[in-house]
Amino acid sequence: MNKFKLGYGAGVILLAILAAAGAGALVLTAVGASPIATYVTIFTGPLKDLFGVTEILVRAVPLILVALGIAISFRSGIINIGAEGQMLMGILAATAVALALPGLPHGLLLPLVLLAGALGGGLWAGIAGILRARLGVNEILSTVMLNYIAAQLYTFLLRGPMIDPGELETGSGTPQSMRLPHSAWLGRLVPGTRLHTGLLLALVLAVVVYFLLWRTTWGFRLRAAGAEAKAARYAGISVERSLVVAMVLSGAFAGLAGAVELTGVHHRAIENISSGYGFSGIVVALFGALHPAGIVPAAVFFGLLLVGADMTQRSAGVPANMILVLQGVIILVIVSAKMYLNNAYAQERVRRLLARLAPAKSQGGLS
Amino acid sequence: MSQGGMFYNILSLGVPFSVALLLASLGEMFNQRAGVFNLGCDGIMCMGAFLAFLPPYFLKAGALAAYGNVLGLAAAVAAGVLLGLLFALVTVTFRADQGIAGIGLQMLGWGLAGTLFRHYIGGVTGVPGMSAWAIPGLARIPFLGGVLFNHNLMVYFAFLMVPASWYLLFKTPWGLKVRAVGTAPRAADSMGINVNRVRYQALMLGGAMAGLGGAYLSLCQARMFADDLVAGRGFIAVALVYFGRWNPVGILGGALLFSFAQTLQLSIQVGGIKFPYEFAVMLPYVLVILVLSLARQARMRGPAQLGIPFNREMRY
Repeated sequence: MNKFKLGYGAGVILLAILAAAGAGALVLTAVGASPIATYVTIFTGPLKDLFGVTEILVRAVPLILVALGIAISFRSGIINIGAEGQMLMGILAATAVALALPGLPHGLLLPLVLLAGALGGGLWAGIAGILRARLGVNEILSTVMLNYIAAQLYTFLLRGPMIDPGELETGSGTPQSMRLPHSAWLGRLVPGTRLHTGLLLALVLAVVVYFLLWRTTWGFRLRAAGAEAKAARYAGISVERSLVVAMVLSGAFAGLAGAVELTGVHHRAIENISSGYGFSGIVVALFGALHPAGIVPAAVFFGLLLVGADMTQRSAGVPANMILVLQGVIILVIVSAKMYLNNAYAQERVRRLLARLAPAKSQGGLS
Repeated sequence: MSQGGMFYNILSLGVPFSVALLLASLGEMFNQRAGVFNLGCDGIMCMGAFLAFLPPYFLKAGALAAYGNVLGLAAAVAAGVLLGLLFALVTVTFRADQGIAGIGLQMLGWGLAGTLFRHYIGGVTGVPGMSAWAIPGLARIPFLGGVLFNHNLMVYFAFLMVPASWYLLFKTPWGLKVRAVGTAPRAADSMGINVNRVRYQALMLGGAMAGLGGAYLSLCQARMFADDLVAGRGFIAVALVYFGRWNPVGILGGALLFSFAQTLQLSIQVGGIKFPYEFAVMLPYVLVILVLSLARQARMRGPAQLGIPFNREMRY
């Protein structure tokens, strides 16, 4: 029976992968690219040299951070779609702190900047959390709306109050902030590449999240409220409070992801800095089964996918929006497959079907 | 500009502005009345807008140019039905989490429209779109004529859909079935209604209407297509269903409120009072959050089984 269970699980996952890859191939064919050649480029292109590999990890850092936050919120029964906006608010807060206190030493300024990022994202997400807990506002809708609002606030500030005075002097008017002081930069891990120490921070935080959620009473309360709100309430857990806490924490991770991207890669607030990490992070979190141990490899995998997609855009002219299609399909496939993975009833049906198809074999090996 | 003139402008611009939201929101109402929360509405609108734009764009000079708009609308409806079917497969048959699946569908529709657009068209190009057709006689009524009876055919269609949806939902056997499977699927099931089939039908209808809403944006409102043409209107449409308390008349009110707020803000800017462009763009999204916060009482009266998949074999 156990063998069958494993085979069943593997079968569901295989079907899911085939469905996602097939849908992607359809779209690739529609834009006139060869699906196999494109997939080969996406999955092997970035691995050809050191720079490609470090680029994968550069993408993985914000993905890990955002996905950790999303895992916290999903596990606690509140769905955070607003990571994109929370990242932007984190970047704004981090930029403001870094530019306001340029004289501080590195050891003091950098933590402050990162903290400001987390605070910015957390407070922005808190709006949705409080609205859900107090007024029952659907958090999916409110976080999506907050994304649009944050994007507008971001461009407003970058075009107006926070614009680099140099841009105004030269008259080019590119909407970007001043360069951050060096004391607010994250160090480089591999010289000559963009890989920064944010990777270590992300890995440490993955362990921290695991301990917080799975090894403390506090984390158990959050997960209990998410798993079954009624039972949790009966056990004396304030479900409303844990919804708000989870949302703020989730936003803090997204804001931190923004601050890390700012201090590690770009060193100034620019347009399109979040480049869809907020949405990709949702896919990474689901792909990693909402668990840190799954999220880290999932983030590396999607980092590969993102770098590979950039490469195919350059080499084969496949629009990079393609990645959005793939992510959408992957979400649909994951949530569908999830219902079959732990479904004893569907499992039994498949077992019976197999038994009917091959009666002799089932008596020997599967029963 | 006189005050009366400004008032007239807000009304006559606001009425056509509301159409995309109105169509998508009426469609979403059928989804939710049947118990399915379809957040993918926005993605369906993107695909509808893109596919509606294609035929008139490619047939610009050809012999079939006269049919471009009709073909575009048909393509948008077909895309909506197909994406509705896909969502039904995932959420009704596979019983997946509807909120997350909806975000997946939104990414899929948005990304697919953008990918195909960039590959086949690339830059921003306009289409002739649908022109206004004044209703003979009625359009000459002073004031009201210009506000209500001097628009393109899609506007009239959308406003006729309000009573039609009301009739379909409250006065036909199918409407009763839709309401039954959203409120008490188990009871509906024991009365011999195929719950999942009704949910499939509602999702296909909702998808078709979202597709038309998107088509309105590209064919009638903007007369072009861009990646961010829809800009979250699908999510606003979902919010309007709450605001309208799952009722076509309430939804009409919500859609009009939104578009009037938009046009009011436009005419304030034209009138010389300047505030940053970004805050103007932000306005509808802020309004959605406000509306949802105030709709607390309404939610109690929503379909009881909204968001909960129906499992015939499950015993409670």
